[in-house]
Amino acid sequence: MGYLDGFRITLKQMWGDRVTNAYPDVKRPKPDRFHGRHVLNRYEDGMEKCIGCELCAGVCPARCIYVRGADNPPDAPVSPGERYGFVYEINYLRCIHCDLCVEACPTEAITESKLFEFSFTDRQDAIYTKAELVVGDDGHPRKLPWEDWRPGDEEHTSAWVRATAPSGDATFEGRVGWSAELGFGVRSPEKDQASAAESQKPAKPGGARKKR
Amino acid sequence: MGDPLFEEGIDLAVVLIVAGKVLVIFGFLLVAVLFMVWFERKVISDMQSRIGPNRAGPWGLLQTLADGTKLFFKEDLMPDRADRRVFRLAPFLSIVPAFAAFAVVPFGGTISIAGHRTHLQLADPPVGVLFLLAMSGIAVYGVMLAGWASGSKYPLLGSVRASAQMVSYEAAMSLAIATAVLAAGSLSTRDIVIAQEGWRWNLWVLGVVPFVVFIIAATAELNRPPFDLVEAEQELVGGFHTEYASISFALFFLAEFMNTVTMSAIAVTLFLGGPNGPRIGFLPDLWPVVWFMAKLLLFLFAYVWLRATLPRFRYDQLMDLGWKKLIPLSLYWLLLIAALRIGRDQGWNAGVVLGVGVAVGGVGWAVLGAALKQGAKVQPAEAAT
Repeated sequence: MGYLDGFRITLKQMWGDRVTNAYPDVKRPKPDRFHGRHVLNRYEDGMEKCIGCELCAGVCPARCIYVRGADNPPDAPVSPGERYGFVYEINYLRCIHCDLCVEACPTEAITESKLFEFSFTDRQDAIYTKAELVVGDDGHPRKLPWEDWRPGDEEHTSAWVRATAPSGDATFEGRVGWSAELGFGVRSPEKDQASAAESQKPAKPGGARKKR
Repeated sequence: MGDPLFEEGIDLAVVLIVAGKVLVIFGFLLVAVLFMVWFERKVISDMQSRIGPNRAGPWGLLQTLADGTKLFFKEDLMPDRADRRVFRLAPFLSIVPAFAAFAVVPFGGTISIAGHRTHLQLADPPVGVLFLLAMSGIAVYGVMLAGWASGSKYPLLGSVRASAQMVSYEAAMSLAIATAVLAAGSLSTRDIVIAQEGWRWNLWVLGVVPFVVFIIAATAELNRPPFDLVEAEQELVGGFHTEYASISFALFFLAEFMNTVTMSAIAVTLFLGGPNGPRIGFLPDLWPVVWFMAKLLLFLFAYVWLRATLPRFRYDQLMDLGWKKLIPLSLYWLLLIAALRIGRDQGWNAGVVLGVGVAVGGVGWAVLGAALKQGAKVQPAEAAT
């Protein structure tokens, strides 16, 4: 049809698939290694993993982490080691979610969830303290009123860490090299790279498209 | 002729009926703009495989209302170097003609209210079509003065483009309208509609050419894509309304979409038989309005479709299309239709008249082509663009 071809195409699109979805109601699954809001994990016996070593604070390029360590009280220890994180604060107005803190952590205490949809109306709310960062007694992150958690999101708090953590050396592919977590136990290793690449291949071009 | 409402003198009931019609048209236009903005965004997102507005109200229907509310609460700014009075006046010069032009559009048949017969049309002046042209002429001032009074360069560039574009295409549009006027033998919009009764729509009675010319010229008059050089975002920020914010911007926005609705209504009136349509016994007064609205919707959809499909014209292409193609074409078609009419009235052989007309057209086309070629030779720099 020459000049009029364009009109046919735009008209045809009206009944075609949609590439977007109804965002706040429907969310796409996030990538495996998405960097979101942090959590401070605990061991299965309820002890905190953080030992107050301040490596995370040292490596942080945005200087958004503030940690003060203290000796564990002998009668009621907070962490299994000698010291524990007495103060732990992350300023989310500065954090760039680079994940260097997670790589630096020797005990896998700090990991990132996939939650990025949180906004505050107060500067104080932007500074997360231990009370907000340490996981609850069920091992799930504490859900603050301004955070948009969806059912199932709490599962994704540390699964991806293995690839970049010290034990994530390629020779350790598929082998467990980390401690158990409260609420989840020992997380299974990431798929090895070959099978991960296989499963991430889209079924067909534009496989993510949705009917309206 | 004219509205039967005024035949028995003017009393309170007549005044109230007229006031009622004013209110209805005012309300209709506002709601139509709300709808049109939503409709445009929704259809264009459909055509771009997106979902589009879906948060405010069911299917995002209240999105425009939300946007409007937001605009009203924003700060109204005025540039230091603006011409204060003209800067304030310009949005109103833009919106008033948009409202006023709809006054002469017949959107229904004749109904009875409180013992008075009246047309569903605010006013039916004997010079209705001239009034339409006058209003679209005044609308240029809104755009022009807005750009000039802003005291800033992009708005000025936008308004210079706007005035050149609107003046150029107004000529082609007027010639296309003149063809429709010629067919009806009257400047009254209602007479033009009556002349098209019984499916004798100007769309095919006049050949499709005037209709096509009108649509193209009207799109250019409205500054809608693909003729939106006036507010080409990539080149001129926002064009003439760059410096406007808050309510004054809302007025421009309103005027732009209202003009789209009004221009569609005019196109329906002139070429698609206005409220004419199949007569149905049930609720006979309602159906003409329904036909009118259906045709209007069709037009609005066509405008959105155009916008979704065509990229913006370059400025020289715009001028070429206007002056070298549309104006000669619509002028020729007007003369051809006129010749056919005279031939019919005088009892000449229609075939001969048509043959001579086409031959003259061919000669004219050749002469025009040669002239343009010569012109390109004289100005090689221009030809290179």
